Order: sequence, then C-alpha cells, then structure tokens
Amino acid sequence: MRWQGGEPLSLARSRLVIALLAVALVIVALASLGLGRYEIPPLKVLRILASGLGLPDPSLIEVERNVVFNVRLPRILVAIFAGAGLALCGAALQGVFRNPLVGPHIIGVSSGAAFGGTLAILFGASRSMLLLGAFAFGMLSLLMVYALHALVARRNMLALVLAGVIVGGFFGALVSLVQYLADTEEKLPRIVFWLLGSFATADYEKLALILGPILVGGILLLLLRWRINILSLGEDDAQALGISVAGTRWLILALISLIVSAQVAVSGVIGWVGLVVPHLARMMVGPDHRQLLPASALAGALYMLLIDDVARTATDSEIPLGILTALLGAPIFALVFFRSQRAGQNG
Amino acid sequence: MADEMILIRDAGHSYDGTRWQYRGLNLNVMPGEIVAILGPNGRGKSTLLRSIVGLNRPNQGTIRTNGLVGFVPQDFSAAFPYSVLDIVLMGRARHVGAFRSPGRRDSEIARGCLDALGLTQFSDRSFDSLSGGERQLVLIARALATEAPILLLDEPASALDLRNQDLVLGFIHQLGRAQGLTILFTTHQPNHALAAADRALLMNDGEHYQIGDLSEVLTESNLAALYHLPVSQVRYDHEDVELTTFAPTFRSQVERARSRRNTA
Repeated sequence: MRWQGGEPLSLARSRLVIALLAVALVIVALASLGLGRYEIPPLKVLRILASGLGLPDPSLIEVERNVVFNVRLPRILVAIFAGAGLALCGAALQGVFRNPLVGPHIIGVSSGAAFGGTLAILFGASRSMLLLGAFAFGMLSLLMVYALHALVARRNMLALVLAGVIVGGFFGALVSLVQYLADTEEKLPRIVFWLLGSFATADYEKLALILGPILVGGILLLLLRWRINILSLGEDDAQALGISVAGTRWLILALISLIVSAQVAVSGVIGWVGLVVPHLARMMVGPDHRQLLPASALAGALYMLLIDDVARTATDSEIPLGILTALLGAPIFALVFFRSQRAGQNG
Repeated sequence: MADEMILIRDAGHSYDGTRWQYRGLNLNVMPGEIVAILGPNGRGKSTLLRSIVGLNRPNQGTIRTNGLVGFVPQDFSAAFPYSVLDIVLMGRARHVGAFRSPGRRDSEIARGCLDALGLTQFSDRSFDSLSGGERQLVLIARALATEAPILLLDEPASALDLRNQDLVLGFIHQLGRAQGLTILFTTHQPNHALAAADRALLMNDGEHYQIGDLSEVLTESNLAALYHLPVSQVRYDHEDVELTTFAPTFRSQVERARSRRNTA
C-alpha cells in the first residue's frame, strides 16, 4: 500500500508546526478547564490554577476550585495522555508496518484489553480489578500474537498482521460472549458504556494508572522515532543497514501494547484516533518520523481533548467517545484520503 | 591471509535444502578489488550477495567479511515519501544508537555522499519522484554513508538507460580506484564487467563457477555456455584506444536477416 501526499517539508516549517500544536494544546486545555455546566471564564481558570500552586486568592469560592481541580483537571489530563498515546501508537505502527491503514487495533491489543475489562464487569469486580484486568489482557494478547508469530516458518510482516487479526478476532468474540452472558438489567449497559469509551469517570487514580505506562512507552517511542524511519524501509533494507529488525519491532510493539492497554483500562475502547491523527500530522509535518511522532502526540492530545469537550458539553447527557471519534474520524479520514490521492496524481 | 576483504570458503545456500542457489563456492576478494558477478536469472547471484550482507545464512561453508558491508538493492520503494537526504541519512544507522537520532556529523556525511555523486540538487526532493537512474545513485550514496569498506550492488545498472548505465558504472569504477572500496556487483551485461570490474565470477548452474581476470573468464565460449546463445567478441577503435565488447546473437535477428536475404 503506497500512500501519496505528505511530501518532504522543510525542517523549520515542521518545527514551527510542532511548536504551534504545543501552544494550541495549552490554550485548549485551559479553555476546557472553564467549559462545562458550571462555566468559569478563562482568566478565573488561570487564577484558580495559580491558587493551586500556592498563591492564595480569597475571591475564589471552594466550588470553583473543586470543579477545576477535582472534576475537570484529571479528566482533561487523562484525555490528553490517552489522545497523545493513541496517536503516537498509530504513527509508530503505520511506520513499522509500512502501511498507513493500520491503527492500534491491528495488533489485537485493544480487543484483549476490552475483554479483560468486560470480564471484570461481568464478575462485578472492583474498579481497580477492572483496570488491572484490561491492562493484563491487553499485554496477554501481545504475548499471544508473539507466540502465534513464532510458530510460523516465514516470520514476516504479513504473518504478524495475521497473528494480530487472529488474536483480535478471538478476543472480539469473547467480548461478545461476555455481553451475551451479562444480565441485561445492570451489567450489560455498564459493559456497553465502558466499551464505547468515556473520560466521565476520570479521576486522579485513573490518571495515576495511565500516566506511568504512557510516559514510559511514549518517551521510549519518541526516542526510537528515527529507528522507525529505518524500519519503514522494509525488513531486508533495514537489516542490511545494520538494524536488529525483529528486536526493534517487538520492542516497539511492546511499548504500544503498554500504552493501548493503559488507555483502554481507564477509558474503554476509543477507535479512530490512532488511525486518523497520524494522517493529519503527516499532512502538517511530512513523513519523517522524527517530526511525525511528536506532532502526532500533540495533535492526538488536542484532538482527543476537543472531542471530549464536545462529548461532555454538547448535550445534557454525555455522548460516548467511541461514537464521536468514529463519526468524526470517518469523514476526516475520507477527506485526507481523497486529498492525498489527488496530490499524488498531480505530483 | 588476513588481508582478504571477503573470504568465501566452500559456501552453499539453499532455501529448501534440496535446490541449491549456489554451492561449493570459493572466492577471495582483496582490498580495492572490483568483482563482477554474471550468470543467468535465478542462479543465485542475488542470493550470494544477500549471504555476504547477512540477509541469509549460508547452509554450508563460511562467508567472512573484513569490515562493514554497504548494500545497494536493485531498487526499492519507500512506504512514505521521504526526502533524498533522509534516505541517504539512513545509511548512518549503524553509527547512531538505537534511541538516538542522527546528529550534525551524520548530516554532513550524508550531504558529502550526495555531493560526491552529484545529487546535491535533489536532496530535498522526494525519493519517489526521481527517475530510476537517480534513485540508483541515491541508493549508492546511502551505501557510501555507511562508511563501509565493502560495497555490494545488486544489478546496479540493469534497469537503466545507456547514459545512466555509463554514469553508474563510472562511479563504481571511481569508488574502487579513488576510495579503495572493495566492490562486488551483479550484472547481466559482460560489457558492464569490462567497464568497471577487475575480475569476474561466472555462476553457471549453482555448482560450476569460473573466477578470474576479465580476459581469462570473459571469453566467447564461456559466455555462450553461460547464456546458451552465441556471443561474439568484437574489437573496435574508439579515438586513440582499442576496445572490446561482447555482442550476443539473438536467434530472431538471424532468422530475420535470412528471410530478408532470401526474398531479395
């Protein structure tokens, strides 16, 4: 699969875009702190944040501080980390698989994590068990992909994708089985809502769970970003250039599984972000993963934050994220696709 | 004994254990030597190069190299439209740690390699937008950026027009002479060997080889046996030098000439 468009761009322009994305993320995050049923003007948000840093401000009331610090701040941070993590994973996977049509779902990890979470809900386990179950089954599905892949003689990319599809399909079926078994009054709705993805229950405990894996996985992926360029040349070429292809690839897949499992554990399955955002980022900074990965992380955080703002403010009840990301992601992806194919024909 | 850059001892490779790509092969390549590998399609030329680079392991015998090996594939398509400079920079992979990105020195080396092959004006262009000849030169520049003393090229001039063949063969010869690189390249054209190589290796049928100086190995009878068609050696004068070339005799051409004569 060849992807047209995203021609090489000047380094200065890419760096400017990355800086602008970072600034935009800060502005949107501050604005999001004020958004919601209890609206707080932006300047007041800043004063509330300053008070949290130890600058006492007697004019602030406790409700406002509470809304900002205990309701919105953890939710916004979880959304930022989840979005950044998913987009980073998507960009890295598209590079490693040399295929712009793959997203984090391709290695079966989100299905595995989804099964772990639904299983915990089925058994009425505690919330920390749900987080742990989702995380553990996400990582287990990567091990299964690895084992399946190790069994075949020709260990190439296609075998890896097939192993991911098999494991993903298997866990997908198990998720359906759990839904079928769950009692329709109480547990099935919980499972369905959890699977559709939401940051509504985000708090500092969830932030703590997602923070470690996404920081560790994200920073290591960012450090490996030039290696992803080389892996994207293809197996033989990368090996001839002196890279340990299998080792680097599995390290990247393990880091991605770490991030995706943590994300699914705290916020359910959120599709499309990992697929669409890297394309938007590629249009902005070009194909070089040295710029593409940081740009994807920032754009993913921004995208997720904006979608979550819509999810929690558009209607009186929350709209599940999975629905919004797909509703928005599909047309954006179509737009990017048509644009890039046209650019390819002209160029 | 320790001077050889490439040492191949009784080496053989087979994908399935029954049909050998090459077998019982012995070859020593000295520093600065350029060796052309000729043989029909599917007789293990590329497999041999891949064994030397380390992309496959010989099932028998040994292949040793004295230093890093730079590899120029026949052609490849990048999955993403990287710039020419980015492609050449990737030649630095061995010199850059796994968790690092290339630094200023790596960029300077990559630019120097582009410059050496006259590609500087392409450095910001997308690799995919180049012609086949230009891409081949970029891949050579990338192999140079590895700073490997051994360079292997898989059919570097096969898909190119005559002018670009001239350009690529000229660079191969120059890299061997001026920079002292040890070079192996595969080709279907005995004339390419005459243009750039010191020695030739003819791979006949997976187990029969001829290795030696060009004048020794590239003979009418050897080439006719290699390709199963008559090959004539033609001597001609060009300016102040006498040159040799090999002309294949295609059967259809003979038939057409005969029928023209008979109708006349």
